[in-house]
Parts: sequence; C-alpha cells; structure tokens
Amino acid sequence: MSPLLQGIITILVGVFGCVGYFYAANLVLDKVIFPARGPHAGRNINRATAVRPWLFLFPAIAILGIYLVYPVVGSFVRSLYNRAGDEFIGAGNYATLSGDPGFQTALFNNALWVLFVPAAATFIGLVVAQLTDRLSWGNIAKSLIFMPMAISFVGASLIWKFVYAGDPDIGIINAVRDVIGLSPVDPVQIPFWNNFFLMFILVWIQTGFAMVILSAALRGIPEETIEAAIIDGANPFQLFFKIKVPQIMGTIVVVWTTITILVLKVFDIVYTMTGGNFGTDILPSYMMSFMFRDDGRATAVAVVIMVVVLPVMVWNIRQAQKEMR
Amino acid sequence: MADLILKDVVKSYGDVNVLKDINLDIETGELIVFVGPSGCGKSTLLRMIAGLEKITDGTLSIDGQVMNDVPPAQRGIAMVFQTYALYPHMTVRDNMAFALNIAGKSKDEINAAVGGAAEKLQLGPYLDRLPKELSGGQRQRVAIGRAIVRDPKVYLFDEPLSNLDAALRVATRIEIAQLKEQMPDSTMIYVTHDQVEAMTLASRIVVLANRGIAQVGSPLELYERPRNTFVAQFIGSPAMNLLGGKIVGTGDITTLELADGAGQITSNYPSRSEDMGAEVQVGIRPEDMIATEDDNYAFAGKVDITEALGEVTQLYFSAPRPGEDTDTVIAKLHGIHRGLRGQHVKMTGAPDKVHVFRDGISLHHR
Ligand SMILES: Nc1ncnc2c1ncn2[C@@H]1O[C@H](COP(=O)(O)OP(=O)(O)OP(=O)(O)O)[C@@H](O)[C@H]1O
Ligand SMILES: [Mg+2]
Repeated sequence: MSPLLQGIITILVGVFGCVGYFYAANLVLDKVIFPARGPHAGRNINRATAVRPWLFLFPAIAILGIYLVYPVVGSFVRSLYNRAGDEFIGAGNYATLSGDPGFQTALFNNALWVLFVPAAATFIGLVVAQLTDRLSWGNIAKSLIFMPMAISFVGASLIWKFVYAGDPDIGIINAVRDVIGLSPVDPVQIPFWNNFFLMFILVWIQTGFAMVILSAALRGIPEETIEAAIIDGANPFQLFFKIKVPQIMGTIVVVWTTITILVLKVFDIVYTMTGGNFGTDILPSYMMSFMFRDDGRATAVAVVIMVVVLPVMVWNIRQAQKEMR
Repeated sequence: MADLILKDVVKSYGDVNVLKDINLDIETGELIVFVGPSGCGKSTLLRMIAGLEKITDGTLSIDGQVMNDVPPAQRGIAMVFQTYALYPHMTVRDNMAFALNIAGKSKDEINAAVGGAAEKLQLGPYLDRLPKELSGGQRQRVAIGRAIVRDPKVYLFDEPLSNLDAALRVATRIEIAQLKEQMPDSTMIYVTHDQVEAMTLASRIVVLANRGIAQVGSPLELYERPRNTFVAQFIGSPAMNLLGGKIVGTGDITTLELADGAGQITSNYPSRSEDMGAEVQVGIRPEDMIATEDDNYAFAGKVDITEALGEVTQLYFSAPRPGEDTDTVIAKLHGIHRGLRGQHVKMTGAPDKVHVFRDGISLHHR
C-alpha cells in the first residue's frame, strides 16, 4: 500500500471512527441504558446527562492515560531500579547523579539555557515585532525571521555547523577573523562560551515564534491609549516600555514560559553540534548518553527534567488561561 | 489669550479629500461644539488640532503660534477620548500623573495637581484603583482628570459621553458644564452626535457637512436662522419640514403660496423684488406647526399616524406631492389631542417661524 493511501485511510478511520463512537455511545446511553420513557423517565434523563460528559471524554482520557501517564509512572518506577532493571535500589540512581560532575555540568548548562534562550528570544522577538510593524516591507522581514521555525532542530544545527565551520572559506565567523588577520578558531570548542554559540541556534529558531505572537499582541493594544500617551508627551521609548510592554505583559510571560519549556526539552542541537562534548552537555543530552546503557540512570534524569519543567508548565497554563479571560 | 485659529485648513488622505476650506476663529474661554453627520470629518478636524493627524494644507495657530508641526505634547492641548483611553495597567493616580511624570515635575507638584483634579471630579476614593475596577462614568471622569492635571489651554473632547447610558450621560453633561464654569479661561472643543449636548453646552456650534463648515453660530442662531436647508434639518428633532412653494409677494416680509388653492402665508424673511415668482423651499419646524381652519394655510393632509407622548402629540402626514425634500411631514402639537388619526387637517406657521430657502440657501444669509 502506498504511504499516501495509508495516510488517507488513517485520517478517514480516525475522523469517522470518532464520529461513529460519539454517535453510537450516545445512542446506547439514551435508548438502551437510560431510556427516556417508562416509570423512571425523568430520573433516567438526569442520569444520562450526568454520564454523557464522561462517555465523550473517555477516548481522550484513555489515550492520554496510556501514552502520557503510564510512561511517567513507568519511568519513575524504572528509575528506582539498577542498571539491569532487576534490583530495586531506591534513590540510588539519584544519589549517583548528584555526585556526578557530568550531571552537575549538565544541570548548570541547562540553567544557562533556561535563563538565556527565553530571555533573548522574547526580547529580540519583541523588538523586531515593534520595529517591523510600521515598515512597508515589515511583513517580508517577519516572514524571513519566522522561517527558521519551520526547520527541524537537526537541520538548523547543520546550517549552523557551516556558520561556525573552522575553514574560513565556509564558516562566516572564521571568514571575518581571516579578513582581519586572525587565525581560525572552532567556536563550539571555546570553553563556557561555546554554550552560548549553541544557545544562539535555538534563539535563532524561536525568535520568530516570539515575534509573531508579540506582534499580534502589540496590534491588539487600543490605539487610543497610545495616542493619549503621545499627547501626554511620551517619547517613543517611553511609549514602548511604559505603555505598550506593560499592556502585553501577560502575553510576554506566556511566550517566555512556552520557550522555557521548549528549552528544557531540547536535545537535538547539543547532540548534533557537539554530542555533549567540550562541556556543553545539558540534561536531555546527558540523559541520552545513558539511554540503552543504563536505563535506571537515564530514567532518573528524565524524572529530574520533569520535576523541573512542571512548575513552569503550571504557571504557563495559568497565565495562558488568564490571557484568554 | 488662547485664541485658536484655523486658516484655510485642508485634510486629504492620499487622493481622498476629507476636509477643505476650514476657516474658524475660536476665542479664549469658548466652548465650541462640532456636529455633523457621521463621517463628515469631526474627529479628523479635532485630531488635526491635537496633532494626531497631519494638516495637509493651511495653518493652525494657538495663541498666535503656528502649530502645524509642533508635537502634540507641546501644543498646550489635552484630549478626552470616546473610549476613555486610560492606561489599563496604571492606577487612577498614575494615569493622571503620567504626563507630569514624563515632563519631570516634582513629586509635590504632581501630588498637588492630581489631588486638585481628583477633588474637582470626586475621584478621591478611587485614586488607587485600576481603570477596570471603575464604572464607565468614573472612567470618563478619570480621563477628564488626566486632561485637567496638565492645565492645558485647549481641551479637546471626542464624543466623550457616547459610551455612557442615558442617565449617566445627562449627569456627566452637567458636570462638564459645571467644570467649564469653574475654568472660564480654558477653551474647549467638543465633538458630539447628541443634539441636546450640543445645544446645552456650546457657546457656539460648528456644523460640518460636505467636507466643509456649513454654519457657525450660537445654538439659538442655528435654530432660529439656519443658513441653509442642511443646517435647518440637522438642528432640531424631529427635523424641520421642508415644503415646496412660490414667492408671490416680496419686501421685508415675504408672501408665499405653498399649494394651489392653499391661499397665502407670510414669513418674516426679507426678499428682493427679483425673487418674485421664484420656486423656494419653505421650512416650518414640527413644533411650530399650528392647526388652522383658515383658508390661508401652509399644508393640508390626512393624519397617517399619531404619537401621543402626553406632553406633546406628534402627527405624521405623508407628503402629497412629489419633488419635496421630506417624505413625511410632521407636526408636534402641545398637549393631548385625541381622535386626529385619519382626519384631514390644515396646518400653518407663525410668520416669524416660517423659514424660506432659495436654492438651498436661506433668504436671510444671502
Ligand atoms: N486613515 C484614513 N484614510 C482614509 N480616509 C479616512 C481615514 N480616516 C478617516 N477617513 C475618512 O475621513 C472621513 C472623516 O472621518 P471622521 O472620523 O473624522 O468622521 P466623524 O465625523 O468623526 O464621524 P463619526 O461621527 O462617525 O465619528 C470619513 O469619511 C472617513 O472615511
Ligand atoms: Mg468621530
């Protein structure tokens, strides 16, 4: 069977399967289990109404349970066992982790990523959104900045491997150094700063996302408040930082936390660029280095990542809900 | 003296001309009201004075200083918007203090100014609230307070009351009138759709229409001696009835014949001898229509609909002849009149209430 046909069949089965499930389940509920006739008609209607939401939610809850909750619980349980998975060692994996300098480096680097990438992407996105707003070619600029969003992390990393390449005929950094007479360097091997060279790739990808969301938010600001501020004597900077930014603070926070969560999951960039070498490991890439070799440790790292992400996630959802109200 | 002068002002958006030949002198302490049909350029004119829109041609001067290229903040104006335009993230106090903060005024100065404005507008208890925690009327007062704090020479209001409900609108209108009395030296320019606001607040009304100024004058001038048929029908509600007619006698008093066999009525409008026999439009306001038994009358017709409002009874006639400006003739009689529906009634007007327009222009203003 051709993949195209397969895809179409999957879509059809999925869509009509859903419709069929809702229709059939509803029918069974109303006609068979709680029929709206006989001596208990009124009571039956009430019961059917109480059951209906659960009936309709069941597929979603079941699928989420199987593919999200079970793995979380399973990973946690696995992290309490040894390398081979046959001996319960309690917090043993976590103890080993906390003593491992590699884990500490990964944790520290991850903290850097979490601080720098969302801040840089949000800030640049905000500034670009504001600057391109009034330009006639602003939309072209926006499309260009948004485009990296469509590139996979691995693809983006490959592009940046060229940018950072040591050969002055390929890498732009070394090309510039060459022109001013400096010898070539490998940016991803410069201790500490190499982290930022990697982070910049993600900033490059995520700025487009921040820009699009913030640009829409900026346009949503009532024009009159801006005109009132102009009459009140605000200069463009004051207008931006005292009138516009505070009014879209909620959106800024949502963008910021969304990128933060993404940052905590990124592994491809580090894996592709350095494989975690030269002191650039972050938690997900550190986890990968144990996967299939010591699943106990790998799952322990996974649990740590989840614990770190959870509060940000909760806050993010809260903010997003507040925005919608 | 904060005289505000508009001279030959033109506004175009690209090739589209919106306003032209705007000439207007506004004296210190006046309260000028701009009225006109929707889309006639009231807001545009106000925003040009504010500096939010570029003036395409002509000059705007305030206190003798040409303001065309002066930034809004330095024109000595303050503006109150229809949608209040409060800064949603700032408290009432910060909203009012914003302009002074920007101008780098001292804390004491700011507190004094904000306190004074808050007292004038009874906003004291709300100073630490956010705009969203206020009612519509309170928000509009904050917007006015924000203007007062800056102590501008000219206040600009763009339909400040149209987002309020009817009762609040009346109350706030009276507050604005009182505010104006407290500040006799400040000039106000006020845009509105509401006839009552215009009539009660204005020292002079500017009627805008067809990209220009149709007439400028005190409210009663516009009501009693409208320059043209547009102003005649725009000011007053229901609109003035316009009936076709012919001049049959000229002089200080004009004699008119409105329909064959309707006899003759007179108007206090003067006419020239060359007007003899001219086709004219004769205007009588609904409230000036008088029922008559006389053989000389302005209009006769069958009453289609009556509306008894207690205080007045409104009679609706369908206009019998084609070529008239009004489809429906309306008469507003004082008190209660029962059983008029379906009746054939003759109506006329007192000579000083009969307006005569030739080619759309009042005989008075030629
Ligand atoms: N940016 C613009 N580009 C082109 N035409 C415009 C622009 N802004 C306003 N206009 C036109 O200028 C005219 C005057 O608009 P304006 O808002 O001043 O009307 P207005 O008298 O305030 O109407 P309303 O009573 O409905 O508020 C309108 O016909 C409008 O279509
Ligand atoms: Mg307007």
